Amino acid sequence: MKVSELIKTLNLTVATEPNFEDRDVTGCYIGDLLSWVMGKAQSGDAWITIMNNINIVAVASLTDSACIILCEGVSADEAVINKANSEGIIILKSGETAYSLACQLSGEI
Amino acid sequence: MLYYDFHIHSALSPCGDKDMTPNNIVNMAALSGLNAIALSDHNTVGNVRAAMAVGRACGVSVVPAMEVETAEEVHVLTLYPSIDAAEEAAAVVYKSLPDIKNRPDIFGEQLFMDEDDNVTGYEEKLLISPTSLSFDALFDLVKSVGGIFVPAHVDRHSYSVLTNLGFIPDNLDIKCIEVSKATEDLDAYLAARTELKKYSIFRNSDAHYLADIAYAEAYLECDSVSDIFRTKGCHL
Repeated sequence: MKVSELIKTLNLTVATEPNFEDRDVTGCYIGDLLSWVMGKAQSGDAWITIMNNINIVAVASLTDSACIILCEGVSADEAVINKANSEGIIILKSGETAYSLACQLSGEI
Repeated sequence: MLYYDFHIHSALSPCGDKDMTPNNIVNMAALSGLNAIALSDHNTVGNVRAAMAVGRACGVSVVPAMEVETAEEVHVLTLYPSIDAAEEAAAVVYKSLPDIKNRPDIFGEQLFMDEDDNVTGYEEKLLISPTSLSFDALFDLVKSVGGIFVPAHVDRHSYSVLTNLGFIPDNLDIKCIEVSKATEDLDAYLAARTELKKYSIFRNSDAHYLADIAYAEAYLECDSVSDIFRTKGCHL
C-alpha cells in the first residue's frame, strides 16, 4: 500500500507538504515512548502515535518510517511541521484512536 | 564548595512521607552536612516559603524548586532564583494541571505546612498528573522567570526525557540534566552515552522519605546558590 492509499483508507489529513514522495507502507507500529519506537519501528512502517514533540521527526527519520500518523486529534505545532518538511517526513492526522486505525489497516498491508 | 541535594519532596507531594516537614527536611540536610537543598514538590511550590524560613534559621540555603510533569509525561526539575519567580511559574503550572481531585486513600495526603510544621491546609487537586505544558512550553516558562530547567532522572525508565522523547531535544538550550542515585557509577553511565557529556550533571536524592536525603557527596565548585543562576546551571 502506498502512503496515498493509506490516507484514503484511513481518511487521514496531511499536515505536512502535500507533494510528498509516495512511498510504500509495509507495516505499522504503535508507540508513544520514543526510546521504544527508536528500537522497534521498522523501515516502511506507518507509525501511529499521540506524541507530538519535535523529536518524532528525528525518530521517524532514524527508523525510516513511511509516515507518522498523529491520532486522537493530536496536532503538531509549526516547528514540528517545518522540521518534518525539511527532513522529508510525512505527518498525517486522524481523530480516531490507534486501535481503530490499526483495525482498519488489518489485512490491508 | 557547596554540598547540595536539589531534589527533595515534602508532604505536599502525595507520594512524600508525612514526616517530610519543612523542619525535618532542613534539619536532616544540615545533619547530613549539606549546604544547599531544593524543595521540589510535584507541580507546586506550596511548602517552599516555609522551608526557606527554616533554612535561614539553620544556615542551609533552600532553593525554590518544583518538579514539573510535562504533557509528554517527562519530569523536569526546575530551580528558581527567588520565591517570587517560583510562584509565578507555579501559578501557570497549577492552571495547567487537569482538574482531578486527589484521592488520599490511593495517592496520599497533600499537606501544606508552615515553618513550625503545622498543617495549614490540604491541596485538593491531584498534583501528580501531567500538566498540559509541553516540554518546550515548560522550557520557555522557566526561562522567562530566570529559572533553570533540568530534565530529571534521565537514567530512569519512566517519566524521563530519554525514555519518553528518545533523546534530549537539540532545539532547546538545555545546559544541565539530573542523573539519579540509582546509577551508582556515573562515569560508566556517561562512557556509554557520550552525547550526555556536554551537560552539567546534578546528582540528587529525589527523597520522599527523610532517610533518603543525600549525604554530603555531590558538590558544586561555588560559594553560594546565586552563582548557579548566574551560570544558568552550568557547574563552576
